[in-house]
Amino acid sequence: MDFVAQLTLFVLAIFLGVELITKVPPTLHTPLMSGSNAISGITVVGALIAAGSDSGMLINVLGFIAVVLATINVIGGFMVTNRMLAMFKRK
Amino acid sequence: MQNWIDIAYLIAACLFVVGIKGLTKPKTAVRGNLLAAAGMGVAAVVTLLNEHIVTYEVIIAGVVVGGLIGAVMAKKVQMTAMPQMIALLNGFGGGASFSVASAEFFRGSANDTVSIIATGAAVLIGAVTLTGSLVAFAKLQELIDGKPMGFPGMKLVNAVLFIGSIVGIGYLVANPGNEMVFWGLVAAAMVLGLLLVLPIGGADMPVVIALLNSYSGVAASAAGFVMGNSALIITGSLVGASGLILTSIMCKAMNRSLTNVLFGVMAEAGEAMDEDEVYAGKVKSTSADEVAMMLETARRVVIVPGFGLAMAQAQHAVREMADTMEAMGIEVEYAIHPVAGRMPGHMNVLLAEAEVPYDKLKDMDTINPTFEQTDVAIVLGANDVTNPMAREDKGSPIYGMPILNVDKAKTVVVVKRSLSAGFAGLPNPLFAKDNTLMLFGDGKGAVLDITTALKEG
Repeated sequence: MDFVAQLTLFVLAIFLGVELITKVPPTLHTPLMSGSNAISGITVVGALIAAGSDSGMLINVLGFIAVVLATINVIGGFMVTNRMLAMFKRK
Repeated sequence: MQNWIDIAYLIAACLFVVGIKGLTKPKTAVRGNLLAAAGMGVAAVVTLLNEHIVTYEVIIAGVVVGGLIGAVMAKKVQMTAMPQMIALLNGFGGGASFSVASAEFFRGSANDTVSIIATGAAVLIGAVTLTGSLVAFAKLQELIDGKPMGFPGMKLVNAVLFIGSIVGIGYLVANPGNEMVFWGLVAAAMVLGLLLVLPIGGADMPVVIALLNSYSGVAASAAGFVMGNSALIITGSLVGASGLILTSIMCKAMNRSLTNVLFGVMAEAGEAMDEDEVYAGKVKSTSADEVAMMLETARRVVIVPGFGLAMAQAQHAVREMADTMEAMGIEVEYAIHPVAGRMPGHMNVLLAEAEVPYDKLKDMDTINPTFEQTDVAIVLGANDVTNPMAREDKGSPIYGMPILNVDKAKTVVVVKRSLSAGFAGLPNPLFAKDNTLMLFGDGKGAVLDITTALKEG
């Protein structure tokens, strides 16, 4: 993907983010933060490639660290968000 | 094949957007979170099809270790400790982006100007987020002193570290693959992260957590530029935008500019207000029985919780008191200031945990016009956010800070151990107002006593 296409995505996604997030009520701001932590665990995509490649030991070690950290974010983030949101659901 | 993988990433990104949209209403929020999780599943699975992945041992080991740690953290964490958990997750997000960008650097895949700059940015922002978040975690967990820490010339050191990092990235553009310079950049960024958060005081932590949340997103986006991965770019910028909005909400609620928070500038103290002058002879104290008698004749009561309430583990006691009042036909609502807890929305989660229905939790702009029709406002463990000086006294350091106008209620009951000052270190003239009664004592005990008196009466 060329740089301009990447930059276009980046800028448009920021505008989309601002539009979306301003509609989240203050009541849900903490789950929003833990949830956005979970989705920023998307770095796991790059981590998996580094951990599973055959480009040398250092790359695999860095990949392993990245997989561990990103997975903590993904699993921990989605689970704790779900735990909090369940409290808001019951009436 | 690559096209299909990219389309799968697009689907994942859409699921994230739809998922966040779900978070705009409590009713759809659980489903939103699950949709986002499904998006993550899609992204992870198609990545495993990537042609560069040849072995799976390291991947499986990493996922098992990370998954276990994440699951245990999510299950065990106390709701009062949520800011610490978010701080850690921010740090791990930054650390993951930093590690991915480093791996790409050593693989030699960054060789054109754009991807080298993106690698440098991901390393710089990722490492700053990692060490900065660890300091924030340590402060919130009280492993280190929450007071601002620093030394003379700290700003200069920070400036040197930052400019040095930028120069280092420039050098890497000219001489791709120089490992010495790369490690220098890593070290500078890590020290910078420490030094940026150390001078920030405990009261400003909500802003810092929100800001680091934003950084972790931007770092992920930068990693996306390195790898040419659209899912990372889109998701990273969504998270970056989210953190930035929350940062600005927190700054506004605390009447601080972002620059002031970042550079550890406290508001200039105006003329020192003398506590004795504010309080002398004007403070009236009351008892739980008296409060209960007043509540019996009330039609509308607003409860104003602060973090002191959560520290006293009094959320359940408060809900029981509210239930008792509602059973007597009294309308009860909660007034939630944006900085009532220790991070955005924290107080709402703490009360939701105690099974307070979320539609009773009103934000500042909604509840403020209703105080005039409120018979009794009960302030529990909140202080600065009710200080009328923020509205009336132009010379006050907190002038302009949005507050809850509890003093407009017919009667205000403040439950508090003593007349001691809050984070802002200021006396609160609310305590000396004609319509204010102080109920001195432990928050939880006082609430239980009021409830008992209400039930007996």
